[in-house]
Amino acid sequence: MPDRATFRLKTGLAEMLKGGVIMDVVTPEEAKIAEEAGAVAVMALERVPADIRRDGGVARMSDPAMIKGIQEAVTIPVMAKARIGHFAEAQVLQALEVDYIDESEVLTPADEVNHIDKLAFDVPFVCGATNLGEALRRIGEGAAMIRSKGEAGTGNVVEAVRHMREITSGIRRLSQLRPEELAAAAKELPAPLEVVQEVAAAGRLPVPLFCAGGIATPADAALMMQLGAEGNFVGSGIFKSSDPARRARAIVEATTHYEDPERVAAASIGLGEAMSGLEIAPLAEQGALLQHRGG
Amino acid sequence: MRRLGADAVEVRTPERLAGLDGLVIPGGESTTMTRLIDSAGLEPALRAHHEAGRPILGTCAGLIVCDAEHLGFIDATARRNAFGRQLQSFEADLEVIGAGEEPLRAVFIRAPWVERTGEGVEVLATWDGHPVAIREGSVLASAFHPELTDDPRFHAIFMAMITKAAEQSRANREKEGAPR
Repeated sequence: MPDRATFRLKTGLAEMLKGGVIMDVVTPEEAKIAEEAGAVAVMALERVPADIRRDGGVARMSDPAMIKGIQEAVTIPVMAKARIGHFAEAQVLQALEVDYIDESEVLTPADEVNHIDKLAFDVPFVCGATNLGEALRRIGEGAAMIRSKGEAGTGNVVEAVRHMREITSGIRRLSQLRPEELAAAAKELPAPLEVVQEVAAAGRLPVPLFCAGGIATPADAALMMQLGAEGNFVGSGIFKSSDPARRARAIVEATTHYEDPERVAAASIGLGEAMSGLEIAPLAEQGALLQHRGG
Repeated sequence: MRRLGADAVEVRTPERLAGLDGLVIPGGESTTMTRLIDSAGLEPALRAHHEAGRPILGTCAGLIVCDAEHLGFIDATARRNAFGRQLQSFEADLEVIGAGEEPLRAVFIRAPWVERTGEGVEVLATWDGHPVAIREGSVLASAFHPELTDDPRFHAIFMAMITKAAEQSRANREKEGAPR
């Protein structure tokens, strides 16, 4: 008898996306542009983060009709976002047979204390993290893929850099510890001891680690890959630029050939305007940072 | 492959492929791969590798890339996402010809199956009546992901193909060299 929804099948799909770019799309047409440009998957959502930020209000799971339209438009995997803690939205997304659910801080949290019990689902989950403790707590809850949170919708890569460095340096520190020191480390992070032990022994997360939140240029994509991302999510950066198809291709090219500056340079030529970016400090003052949602 | 004694490198450019005895085209998204093969100018190098009789292993997306509708390295046609979306992904014990008596754990993720096989194509395994592991000449392909398990037996079939091809090409070179 075949087994379904095993942890290996959940992380396995993310393994297949490694080295690739997952693009935010809001219409079937954008999904086709993304697929044509070489995206390994698309994230179906109602508004890209830059627009959510601009419009304000409560950001929720997308309209199922829109998600279905995107599923029919492309053959690559289709992901969709549920609010943090909103397990009923996640149930709906599972009923729609999306390929991955992003329990995302970009949407307005539905629960300020608890995340979704991801082990209860057959569809795999990706979750954002700002540091190693957060990543390991999400894995403990059943996430099969981790992405940096960064600061979505800003076109400013600085927070993604901070989070990726926090996660990877945290892993390096854990792998230096002696076995009897791991319980204290788990308490300090805080994170489940079994996951901490697993990471310390392997020197890596037990699930793929991607970057998200602020990538706007091919060089941003190459930077994040060199900092240890195994692939990139690009949200507003593509469809908020002046020539989305071309910029999408260029970011795919730079993610694939991230160690070859000449190719990244060639990909960066003549892309037109990047999305206009936002400084982080004023957002922090206004309490408008998305990364602090869910911890 | 490294566990089986191979010296393995990643191939992203045509230059990197030159001189390699075998090539694995692993799982991923076949549309993305096809586009990247094109943008990296890899196709001529892939054809040269194949025409020289150097073995190729394609798994999942790699199977699709090798099929008759893509690079045409194997006389078979794959049906993409044949088993369905991620919810239909599954793992199961699968009997594979050449991998020994014990079935191996096969991991199918949004997997294709083989819809049509040409005369010269050997079917090594089937699931639900559909071929999921096939071989023709120097090309071995599977719809499942042997790279996601610790069982080296499927890769060992490929390794044996590489060793044999490398020996043959050495023997041919010596034969050509002999009359001089």
